[in-house]
Amino acid sequence: MADLSVKIKDLVFKNPVLTASGTCGFGEEIADFVDLSELGGVVMKGTTLKHREGNNYPRMAETPSGMLNAVGLQNKGVDNFIRNIYPNIKDIETNFIVNVNGSTIEEYVELTERINELDKIPAIELNISCPNVKEGGMAFGVSCPSAEAVVRAVRAVYSKPLIVKLSPNVTNIAEIARAVESQGADSVSLVNTFLGMAIDAESRKPVLSTITGGLSGPAIKPIALRMVWQVAQAVKIPVIGMGGIMNATDAIEFILAGASAVQIGTGIFIDPTLPVQVVAGINDYLDRHNMNSFNELIGSLQIG
Amino acid sequence: MKKTVQELVLIENTQLNHDNFRLVLQAGSELPEIFPGQFVNVEIKKATEIFLRRPFSVLDVDYQNRTFSLLVKILGRGSRVLTTYQPGDKISVIYPLGKGFSQPETTDKVLLIGGGSGVAPMLFLSKVCGLNPENVHILLGARSIADHVDVSAYQHNGKFYFTTEDGSLGEKGFVTNHSMYKSELSTFNKIYTCGPDAMMKAIAKDAAKAGVFCEVSLENMMACGFGVCLCCVEKTTSGHKCVCTDGPVFNIKELTWQI
Repeated sequence: MADLSVKIKDLVFKNPVLTASGTCGFGEEIADFVDLSELGGVVMKGTTLKHREGNNYPRMAETPSGMLNAVGLQNKGVDNFIRNIYPNIKDIETNFIVNVNGSTIEEYVELTERINELDKIPAIELNISCPNVKEGGMAFGVSCPSAEAVVRAVRAVYSKPLIVKLSPNVTNIAEIARAVESQGADSVSLVNTFLGMAIDAESRKPVLSTITGGLSGPAIKPIALRMVWQVAQAVKIPVIGMGGIMNATDAIEFILAGASAVQIGTGIFIDPTLPVQVVAGINDYLDRHNMNSFNELIGSLQIG
Repeated sequence: MKKTVQELVLIENTQLNHDNFRLVLQAGSELPEIFPGQFVNVEIKKATEIFLRRPFSVLDVDYQNRTFSLLVKILGRGSRVLTTYQPGDKISVIYPLGKGFSQPETTDKVLLIGGGSGVAPMLFLSKVCGLNPENVHILLGARSIADHVDVSAYQHNGKFYFTTEDGSLGEKGFVTNHSMYKSELSTFNKIYTCGPDAMMKAIAKDAAKAGVFCEVSLENMMACGFGVCLCCVEKTTSGHKCVCTDGPVFNIKELTWQI
């Protein structure tokens, strides 16, 4: 068995497979299906300072090889997380990462400070890329100055590993990645969902209550892969790749493109055991290719 | 009741009428307990252009033979392809999912009302509710006689009533037009229903007016079925709740329907 561990800053992940935010709840919701301690990490449902009801139903549209969602960061707020969820997960042996959201820089900072107090949360993922909220969210992630501003402010109050989740809805994602790296981000995760739309031709109405939503699933994989490759060329910090991973081969493609770890998202909806299958599949791949360490695989794309 | 992803074997696929099929699936090991109103999420691999699983409520369970059956009504591409599966085919299923109907008291007189594929959990409930069949009244509605399924296997579970919109079976009209429904509604301790939204809303309105306990089973569009995507939410008196995990069965008092 090869060594699957990988580091982001000084945080060790036992393997490079994490669940993506918004696709596994707080981990407990998939615990019937998988032993969470077999995962590299669990990135939990997007959390905000205050309770959010999210957007109105309908929030989902199935699309070719994917789906649109417009959940809008429904969550019960950080107090509920600390009181009712954290005690249940804190002794499970994996890296539980909080996905941090805000409408203003002040909210991002205040929420980060609350999470910083939790010993068993070893890292945060700063979400500057949610396409389904009216204020904040993706607005921070689509320009270099605003992305820099929020990362700078959060970095000032947080010394543990800081992962910044990037939006693909930009002209040049590598520039945004460089901007957040310049402000002290320890890693970037990409991609969040692509802004999309579905229309019911017969009723002449949009399918989603919000009209637009975020596209995920295998439909976006080639674009996500290209973006991970571009970003991995542009920054020195580790890249976490995601976008339509449905099996171990998909995950390995992201790693070859330069990702140090991957997140499994929408694929969990189809099969909640997928993350552990991907761990096993990466191990098999390393064995077949006579590699002793996962680190040898990162960015080992052979060009020319 | 642990949820699992399992490859089950289809052992029977019977066409019941022009667009309804009964699929019987067998597990390799002991079945978990499955309650009326609970559902399973089925991967329809042969429909390669379909990305998500499709949820179906359970029609019946046979623990001894490790089988359960689904009533599959053709509504779109997914259900159409599923009805072409043959005995011996393997089907990936996530189950059991959701919270089913509440158990009635032993002395209750109950009314079960089903429409469309909502007939399935009502038949299942009639079988396992444990009441004296005299106290179980089952009202099923459809467009015409051709849309009803044969319920003879369930006939001893209670007293059956039928409506059709064209009058070809039972009384003419919707379930809410049935004479028994109109005259006896307030005599029931509990009403359980599953079917089209408009039907359930009309029943909820009447039940609320009559002050009768009423549970409805919702079928909001869902991606996962086990409470992580948060797509299938219904507005309730305590905010958005997931139909897949908090439901699909809700007491009408929890809902914010304008009734």
